[in-house]
Amino acid sequence: MNPVRRLFAVRDRELPSPVPAGSPVAEADGLSVRLGRRQVLDSVGLAARAGEVLALVGPNGAGKSTLLAALAGDLPAAGGEVRIGGRPAAAWSAPELALRRAVLPQSAVLSFPFPVEDVVRMGRAPWAGTARGDEDDAAVATAMAATEVTDFAARPFSALSGGERARVALARVLAQRTPLLLLDEPTAALDLRHQELVLRICRERAAAGDAVVVVLHDLGLASAHADRAAVLHGGRIAVAGPPAEVFTGALLGEVYRQPVEVFPHPRTGVPLIVPVRGS
Amino acid sequence: MTAAAHHSPAGTDGVRTVRRRGRAFTLTVVLTAALLVGCLLSAGLGAYSIPLGDVLSSVQHRTGLGGQALDRVGESVLWNVRLPRVVLALLVGASLGCAGALMQGVFGNPLAEPGVIGISSGAAVGAVACIALGLDFFGNWTITVCAFVAGLATVLLVYVLSRSGGRTEVVTLILTGIAVNAFAGALIGLFIFFADNAQITQITFWQLGSLAQATWPKVLAVLPCAVLGLLVAPFYARELDLLALGERPARHLGVDVERLRIVLVLVVALLTAAAVAVAGIISFVGLLVPHLLRMANGPGHRFLVPGSALGGALVLVAGDLAARTVADPAELPLGVLTALLGSPFFFWLLRRTRRKQGGWA
Repeated sequence: MNPVRRLFAVRDRELPSPVPAGSPVAEADGLSVRLGRRQVLDSVGLAARAGEVLALVGPNGAGKSTLLAALAGDLPAAGGEVRIGGRPAAAWSAPELALRRAVLPQSAVLSFPFPVEDVVRMGRAPWAGTARGDEDDAAVATAMAATEVTDFAARPFSALSGGERARVALARVLAQRTPLLLLDEPTAALDLRHQELVLRICRERAAAGDAVVVVLHDLGLASAHADRAAVLHGGRIAVAGPPAEVFTGALLGEVYRQPVEVFPHPRTGVPLIVPVRGS
Repeated sequence: MTAAAHHSPAGTDGVRTVRRRGRAFTLTVVLTAALLVGCLLSAGLGAYSIPLGDVLSSVQHRTGLGGQALDRVGESVLWNVRLPRVVLALLVGASLGCAGALMQGVFGNPLAEPGVIGISSGAAVGAVACIALGLDFFGNWTITVCAFVAGLATVLLVYVLSRSGGRTEVVTLILTGIAVNAFAGALIGLFIFFADNAQITQITFWQLGSLAQATWPKVLAVLPCAVLGLLVAPFYARELDLLALGERPARHLGVDVERLRIVLVLVVALLTAAAVAVAGIISFVGLLVPHLLRMANGPGHRFLVPGSALGGALVLVAGDLAARTVADPAELPLGVLTALLGSPFFFWLLRRTRRKQGGWA
């Protein structure tokens, strides 16, 4: 760090320390959340562990996004608590929390037409003035290359298509380099290739020791890429575990109110889930 | 930079960033130079013409850097009439430009501007009440204080009324502005109804937006407000950039959104009050300047906030010079002039945005 920047360095901000694979980075413990008068989450217990991709699946309105927001420390708990990095979420300040978890919102909006590179660079804001501020350029370049947005680095965000915006938003989240990644439907606007790309990135981040929580609608993607899946149903966790164990025809049929067939992929053995359709 | 870095995105990005910083630097230099020239011209030109050399010489004399004083009339015109007016134009213009840039950032909305959404009218209610009721509890600062309190109340009101779900929709914002402007207009009308003739004349001229009655005490009356606001604003530029992502994402990046909002709403009220208290309602400066600068250098607030202050000052100094010289010997009200030029610009902006992105959502 150059001397001028060291002068303004943030001293009182404790940097996150690495945790061993398998230990919880964020956990919800008996968590209940109310939005208005509606009980959206009801005594949910779930842990996001280092080195693991955890998929949250379930029908619309089951509480997936709410659980993700609660794990991010956005929502107050009506009961139970959320711990991030071993401390109650409410005990962290906003700058401290920003070093520990990054969140990809469901839809990426931007009020002003910043160029793509500037948007990705916003992900580095929490590290300004810390020892790891030196990583900025590398983190931005790596994140943009990983999400394949480098080619339009100079274009304004507002000029991009929906799928491109989603990838830029993901690049911003990756550039934040936090030990916990919370992604709300990162594949919703993406084509086939980029859906796979995004989940491969999730896997890589998990392999590097981060905890990744990802809300998915595509059960096939979840079963192929997640280490564990939690199926939400009416604000509760119906079941959680390795996708091959929890994705059963009976359970999914009941939760989604749509009969499904589950059968192993002929080559890889990964469960494939398709709705039962008329002949 | 290594050879490998040249091929990596970081290499090209670096070059681009440097180029953009270069542009911001160039713009700053050009704006500052134009502002200096504008100030000199404004100090020299008018019914009693003072050559530029004499202006410089007199300023040097007063600051103890050599030069020499002008004759008695020249010295009096320059120091008691022209210069307070120039300084006031600088302060008011910088306040309006900066307030516009800040409001657009806080509301996440390119149409937010003290005049358009009614903050100026709100502050004007305070000022008119002060004149009509003959208040003077803070002496020289009374009008400014009243304008600040009323302006602050209006910003808060507009903010609360126009936001839902962490966003401000353009339609809601503009409609709220219409309602606030109408209500403020009614209140001003009411105060005028109860005022006597002398007060009505004072209010009317003040309302047209003019710097004609500029004096050093008036400069002093708004100086603290304007300077405080202008000094605080740039420190929040980085956080304003992040706020463009939305409130929640900004919080996820470590911005204390609540505190940011409170501080900036206070700063906007300070700046608007400073401008309105002396010069009445001067609209469109806070809209026009940040928009032009965004087109020239992108939306980054680190340049935009101080740049808009600089640009606003330039527009107002030039506008005031034009207001006093184009219809010589008569003098146009400044607010009328800025509205005459600003409204077509607003219209053009509307058309351009519609063409490029299908209008404001």
